[in-house]
Amino acid sequence: MDDLDRQIISATQAGLPLTPQPYQAVAKELGISTELLVQRIKLMQQQKVIRRIGVVPNHYRLGYSFNGMTVWNIVDEKIDELGKQVGELDFVSHCYHRPRHKPEWNYNLFAMVHSKTEQGVKQQIQIITEILGQYNLGQDVLYSTRILKKTGLRIGEKRV
Amino acid sequence: MFSSLDKQLLNDFQQDIPLSATPYQDIAESLGVTEDAILTAFKELQDQKFITRIGSVIAPNLIGVSALIAMSVPKNQLQHIATVINQYPEVNHNYERDNRFNLWFVLVANDSESLQAVMKDMEYQTGCKMLYLPLLEDYFINLGFEIDFND
Repeated sequence: MDDLDRQIISATQAGLPLTPQPYQAVAKELGISTELLVQRIKLMQQQKVIRRIGVVPNHYRLGYSFNGMTVWNIVDEKIDELGKQVGELDFVSHCYHRPRHKPEWNYNLFAMVHSKTEQGVKQQIQIITEILGQYNLGQDVLYSTRILKKTGLRIGEKRV
Repeated sequence: MFSSLDKQLLNDFQQDIPLSATPYQDIAESLGVTEDAILTAFKELQDQKFITRIGSVIAPNLIGVSALIAMSVPKNQLQHIATVINQYPEVNHNYERDNRFNLWFVLVANDSESLQAVMKDMEYQTGCKMLYLPLLEDYFINLGFEIDFND
C-alpha cells in the first residue's frame, strides 16, 4: 500500500459525493485519472483492504437504539470455530477475539448486537448462548449509557 | 415514513455501489427509476442522518494500529475524565457503559510504540486502571446488516 492508496482510502471513507459521476469527482480531487482510481480501488478490494463501498446506515437513527456489547468467556481451543459462527449471525455487526485480563476481565469474545428493544437484545443473547453451548464459561452484556465521543481520526487520515 | 425506494437504498446497497462512471444511474436503472430520484432520496436520507455516509469501509489495523481500551473510572469523576480522554486525537468512539469498566474507547495510532505511549500518558493523567484489548482475531463475515422496517 502506498501514499496514493492511503489518499484514496481517506477520500472514499469520507463519503462519495452525490453527483452523477462521483468517482470522477474523487479522482479530480486527488489529481489522478478516473481509470487509475478505479484500478486502485479494485485492487484494494481484491486484497480485502477495502471491504465494501456502499451505504453505511446509521443504526441508532433507524431505531436500533439498543446496542449491546456482549462478552463471553470461551474455551481457547474453540474460540475460532465458535467466533465464526457468531460472526455469521445477521444481528451481529462486529465479532472479535480479544485478550482476557484475569482476574478483572475474563472475557475473550466480543460480539456487538443491535435491536430496537431490550427484549430483542435478550433474545439475541439467547441465540448466541445456544450456539456457544458448553464452551461458554461465562458472559455479560454492557449497554452503552452515553456516547461521549462519536468519532476521532479515521484510520488512514493520519500523515497521509 | 420510508418510501419503498428509501428501504431499497438502505438495505440493498450496503455492499456494492457500482464502480462505474455513473453508479447512481446504474442503481436507477436496476430499480426502474430516474437517476434524479436516486440522488434526491440519498441526499434526503443523508440530511436526515439515516445514512452516515456512502463510502468505503476498510479492514481494521491495515493502516496504523488500534486497540479497544476499557477504563475503570469513579462515577463522580466520569465526566471530567471523559473530557480529558476525548482531548487525545487518537481517541475514537468513547462510550460510557454500565460496568465496573465504565469507559470504553478505541485508540488509533501510527504504530504500537505511539499507542503504548498514549496509554501510559492517559494512565498518568487519570490514575485509572486500564484494560488493553487489541484485536486478536476478527470474525468478520461480509453480510451487511438487514434493517427491519416492520414495527
